[in-house]
Amino acid sequence: MKQGTPALEDIADWGYAPAPQATDVVRIAPENGLFIGGEFGPAADGRQFATVNPATEEPLAQVAEAGQADVDRAVAAAAAAYEQVWRPMPGRERAKYLYRIARVIQERAREFAVLESLDNGKPIRESRDADVPLAAAHFFYYAGWADKLEYAGLGPAPQPLGVAGQVIPWNFPLLMAAWKLAPALAAGNTCVLKPAETTPLTALLLAEVCQQAGLPPGVVNVLTGDGAAGAALVAHPGVRKVAFTGSTEVGKEIAAAVAGTGKKLTLELGGKAANIVFDDAPVDQAVEGIVGGIFFNQGHVCCAGSRLLVQESVAEPVLDRLRRRVATLRLGDPLDKNTDVGAINSRAQLDKIRELSDSGQQEGAERWSPPCELPERGFWFPPTIFTGVSQSHRIAREEIFGPVLSVLTFRTPEEAVAKANNTPYGLSAGIWTDKGSRILWMAKRLRAGVVWANTFNKFDPASPFGGYRESGYGREGGRHGLAAYLDA
Amino acid sequence: MPDERLAVRKTYKLFIGGAFPRSESGRSYPVHGPRTGPRGGGERGGGLLAFAAQASRKDARDAVKAARGAFGGWSGATAYNRGQVLYRVAEMLEGRAAQFTAEVAAAEGVSQAAARTQVGAAIDRWVWYAGWPDKVAQVAGAPNQVAGPYLNVSTPEPTGVVAILAPAAPSLLGLVSVLAPVIATGNTAVLVASQDHPLPAITLAEVLATSDVPGGVVNILTGDQAELAPVLAGHMDVDAIDLTGAGPDRAVVLERLAAGNLKRAFRVDEDWSADPGTRRLLLLLEIKTVWHPAGS
Repeated sequence: MKQGTPALEDIADWGYAPAPQATDVVRIAPENGLFIGGEFGPAADGRQFATVNPATEEPLAQVAEAGQADVDRAVAAAAAAYEQVWRPMPGRERAKYLYRIARVIQERAREFAVLESLDNGKPIRESRDADVPLAAAHFFYYAGWADKLEYAGLGPAPQPLGVAGQVIPWNFPLLMAAWKLAPALAAGNTCVLKPAETTPLTALLLAEVCQQAGLPPGVVNVLTGDGAAGAALVAHPGVRKVAFTGSTEVGKEIAAAVAGTGKKLTLELGGKAANIVFDDAPVDQAVEGIVGGIFFNQGHVCCAGSRLLVQESVAEPVLDRLRRRVATLRLGDPLDKNTDVGAINSRAQLDKIRELSDSGQQEGAERWSPPCELPERGFWFPPTIFTGVSQSHRIAREEIFGPVLSVLTFRTPEEAVAKANNTPYGLSAGIWTDKGSRILWMAKRLRAGVVWANTFNKFDPASPFGGYRESGYGREGGRHGLAAYLDA
Repeated sequence: MPDERLAVRKTYKLFIGGAFPRSESGRSYPVHGPRTGPRGGGERGGGLLAFAAQASRKDARDAVKAARGAFGGWSGATAYNRGQVLYRVAEMLEGRAAQFTAEVAAAEGVSQAAARTQVGAAIDRWVWYAGWPDKVAQVAGAPNQVAGPYLNVSTPEPTGVVAILAPAAPSLLGLVSVLAPVIATGNTAVLVASQDHPLPAITLAEVLATSDVPGGVVNILTGDQAELAPVLAGHMDVDAIDLTGAGPDRAVVLERLAAGNLKRAFRVDEDWSADPGTRRLLLLLEIKTVWHPAGS
């Protein structure tokens, strides 16, 4: 060893130096209006609310709060644009607008990523490498469908539906906006989008992108606001298509509200996915899949692998390795490029995660988190693993929507299937095994809309996504996602 | 005439789990043909055709249980096998064509010729659906070209237990048109027959019972739709409901009940004599997408 270079064993601290992403790429206006008919403006009654950085609890900006009058105006703008501009426009022209939007998202990708992490609390690594590129890819994918609708296998002349009312959640704000807008616009519909109350900023930036792409006024409208604005939008008689991503509870209310209206409805709701690990699984890959499955995006993922089903014979070694891996996760500043686990999106969500986790302890499951220092300000919850979980525990039945994993065991593939399907949800599932025939056998029996075998939490615009049973109906992505926006 | 033999009448019962029970409630109701003459117009009040079982809420729940029990086997059968079973049903229908013709004519008050045409169309429709089980995945599924080293395939799968409110008319063609797509795609069914025209439905049940359709795959209830439909629409173990046979007002109420567990609920008005297309087939499918990495 050369003199002056410290011996490895003499280095006390192997911690990472901070690697902050610069935030000066983003300029957030102190006040942000609704986007109606191609222009930004205040709510009719002038109401506003604050959107907060969940990592610091500092307000980021004031945002207009849409009321009934604004919903009426946005739907009218969308209806006019539908009749006068968007519906008569040849598909090849609509396609070019969508390609433009995809390109501007790519141009402004870093700005979107930083803004998303500021408003949502997710690690910049994820917003930069997953949310934003996937959002651009979605527009790019559906752009190509706009002039090929008659070849989609949905009949010789599939027709758009009209004005789509779209209500999206806070976990992937920009990506969910892209999932909603891109297929709707490609099919020839116009849109009124209502982003989640806690994460309005990237939807508004996307509205600006629509302006920059030259999209005709009224084709896309964005209404920021709370659940009441979403309910008013869904109930509006001028809306012919409703698309909602969010909780199963609200999804049921929406299904009941649109009953008898003839509105086409697609719902992408909650989940309680089983991630099933067999004794012959490649353990290191499986552990990475388990970690990504539940701790990606702080577990704010409807398809999160929140129930680990591990075969009894390998439970201990898998859990040992899982705990060691979880102990290396870095929780903290979402804008730090080394951060793995960011902030919980809101105080309300944090309270819910805490309440459900406490119930796990009270019901007799064993709780474990790695030694993990939580920042003083902001909303934080450490990665948490419950073992000794039984199927009757609330943490095995209810969607926690946080970084909390419930571990159950099984002995046979039949038992794994029975336990995996023992839920009213059916959004996703994971299978880890080296045995191909078992993958196919399992995949056929798991009642879930997406099955990841020897992988987890993979998304692609060409791949249909959506649930069975109380996880909702309809698909987003692929040709099936297009069908959700056409009368065919 | 005294030398003419006195006919043995048939008792029309329910069809649940492959058996023909009476309603557990012990109830039945009289089924009349349409009133004939200038004021007929399809109104009931003609001669007594038979008594039909009046199913209770408990019968409806029993039928759901039977349908759930049959779902694993039926949905897990090969598509080729389901196609064979359905085709066998068409063969049995053909053999009973004369009986169906008489029942349709009596139920609807139409001519023998019109009834015969309807029965022929119903059998042909069943054959059309019998050919679908092993083709629907090729039409509704897809390999998806994702941006990464993965095999990604979408496949349609049956939704589960489907409740069906059958349309009143045409009494056999309507029934076949709503039932066949449900079971062709691997779902199991609880069908509420038209209250006014229940007899062809029970005769169809006799056909199903003597074909190779496993018990519980199709369950048929006769009785009061207003009593039975809410039980099915609100049942937590029913996955979808076809409201075609309900009036528009009742359909809205039922659709709201169906939201309780996010049943797939739909009501398709259609011209029963037209080419049915794939609409009903595709309504009762869930798309499952499976990913697997590719690597050496």
